[in-house]
Amino acid sequence: MSSTDTAKPRPPKGEPPVKRRSPERPGDKIFKGLSFGAAMIILVALAGVAIFLTVEGIPGLGASGGAVAGEANFLVYAGRLVYGTLLAAVIALIVATPLSIGMALVISHYAPRRLATPLGYMIDLLAAVPSVVYGLWGILFFGRFMGDIYVWLEANLGFIPLFSGPAATGGRTILTAGLVLALMVIPIITAICREIFAQTPTLHQEAALALGATRWEMIRYAVFPYAKSGMVSATMLGLGRALGETMAVAMVLSASGTGVMTLNLITTQNPNTIAANIARSFPEATGLSVNVLIASGLVLFLITFAVNFAARAIVARSGKRLNA
Amino acid sequence: MAKSIDVSDLDIYYGDFLAVQGVNMTIRARAVTAFIGPSGCGKSTFLRSLNRMHEVIPGARVEGKVLVDGQSLYEPGVDPVAVRRQIGMVFQRPNPFPTMSIYDNVLAGNRLNSKKLKKSAADDIVEKSLKGANLWNEVKDRLGKPGMGLSGGQQQRLCIARAIAVEPQVLLMDEPCSALDPISTAAIEDLIHDLKSQYTIVIVTHNMQQAARVSDDTGFFNLKGAGQPGHLVEFNPTEKVFANPDNDSTEAYISGRFG
Ligand SMILES: Nc1ncnc2c1ncn2[C@@H]1O[C@H](COP(=O)(O)OP(=O)(O)OP(=O)(O)O)[C@@H](O)[C@H]1O
Ligand SMILES: [Mg+2]
Repeated sequence: MSSTDTAKPRPPKGEPPVKRRSPERPGDKIFKGLSFGAAMIILVALAGVAIFLTVEGIPGLGASGGAVAGEANFLVYAGRLVYGTLLAAVIALIVATPLSIGMALVISHYAPRRLATPLGYMIDLLAAVPSVVYGLWGILFFGRFMGDIYVWLEANLGFIPLFSGPAATGGRTILTAGLVLALMVIPIITAICREIFAQTPTLHQEAALALGATRWEMIRYAVFPYAKSGMVSATMLGLGRALGETMAVAMVLSASGTGVMTLNLITTQNPNTIAANIARSFPEATGLSVNVLIASGLVLFLITFAVNFAARAIVARSGKRLNA
Repeated sequence: MAKSIDVSDLDIYYGDFLAVQGVNMTIRARAVTAFIGPSGCGKSTFLRSLNRMHEVIPGARVEGKVLVDGQSLYEPGVDPVAVRRQIGMVFQRPNPFPTMSIYDNVLAGNRLNSKKLKKSAADDIVEKSLKGANLWNEVKDRLGKPGMGLSGGQQQRLCIARAIAVEPQVLLMDEPCSALDPISTAAIEDLIHDLKSQYTIVIVTHNMQQAARVSDDTGFFNLKGAGQPGHLVEFNPTEKVFANPDNDSTEAYISGRFG
């Protein structure tokens, strides 16, 4: 013990200082046990998935020939699929992010409350639609509708490489897949952004308004700076969904094997995505092909992990700038 | 150009709730007008109706007339955004924009309406406004630092600098010193005194001495009873209000014999 003399009673010399603890209540104990148990189960499950993917996937890394759909080796195989996966997800985000932010702003700041509440419910409902339904809708209705547009795009904007065609009249292209993904991602991003926008402190909104800001200027001065990190997180969550979505893409997208690495968005020759490729190839796969598919799953796992990690880094950095 | 404000028969509502009833007064240009009164009597509500900040709250509305130099504020064609650019406001709690530097905070109002400012003009405005708000010497070496890094009193003066940077005709202040220490309070009172030569100033305060020190005219608001709307009891030159008020309840409130 040091020589500082305080009025506090001290434990006798030699014994470690006793931490004063509130008596443990049974409710606390039970809840602590439950939440600790739940956390452990999640960790174990996650570790199990990772171990399974790694152990089963490793043999696939060395595969060649038929098991990797005729590509030179696994790296090329995975690379082509990663390209398609990212392209579909990027198309989805380019469309979904501005739309979602706009929609969230309408709900939180523009629409009168009578309209905002039902609008919010409707968008939440969109999130509850199963992806098979999106897939069916994508093939039977949306794809055909887009097919006509692709014909028009090829005829009028064909000089842009994105639309050089030949147009897929059935519309089952990577662009259609990306747009269907966008629709599936919009409710996620909108719901999160709406919550954050609505939490912007009145203090700062009024500061902007009192200076003579229009509503849009107020949003730029007060709402966006406050919501910035949340908007990034929301977009990343949406990206995670877009990267991993299987059913809708597998149904809508017409692509075989590893697909075609192209920026031409409106043809019948499309890139393929990892998730859709697994879903479509798995039923017929045997032996090494299974390992290859699992290894591609591992690649997807790593990409999603990296995306989440990047999102966290961005959020942490902008947070630090705020407090600097 | 400072302007005078004429208020006649003003009723202020939150939805169906009548918060303030039947206010008539004339606020003189280039003078300080103080509002005093018990909590909940509608001082803030009334103040916010003078630059159309009241209607920012959903369902809030106003009936009656407010004339600023003869121009009606609540005429159908009047744009509230334009009104707020002319009539600045300082809030009870300092509210600099948290992501902006001190420099950008001062210029926030000037940059609205996508106005482009030359660097030299911007520098001039920042220096002039911060000097006007008695803050220049304390922050001139760290203009690029966030406004949130300042003390509460400094933040409040930063908000005043931001409000005067756009050279409004009227400056409304809602208990600007209530969160501040006596030294910062004194700094802001000095500032109000200096600003008086150029601006019309309206200040809400719970501090009688402050009202007596800084204002030329004083309005006393009161509630008739619980759940009743607030109303203006007395509006007179400050000296008269504090020495020899017309109304007994004013006298009771000022001398602390209230309720
Ligand atoms: N946003 C609001 N919605 C509904 N009623 C409100 C709102 N703000 C204030 N009121 C009501 O209006 C009346 C006047 O409130 P106001 O804030 O103007 O009082 P005040 O005189 O400024 O009080 P204080 O001295 O405590 O700041 C009160 O009855 C209050 O409950
Ligand atoms: Mg108030």
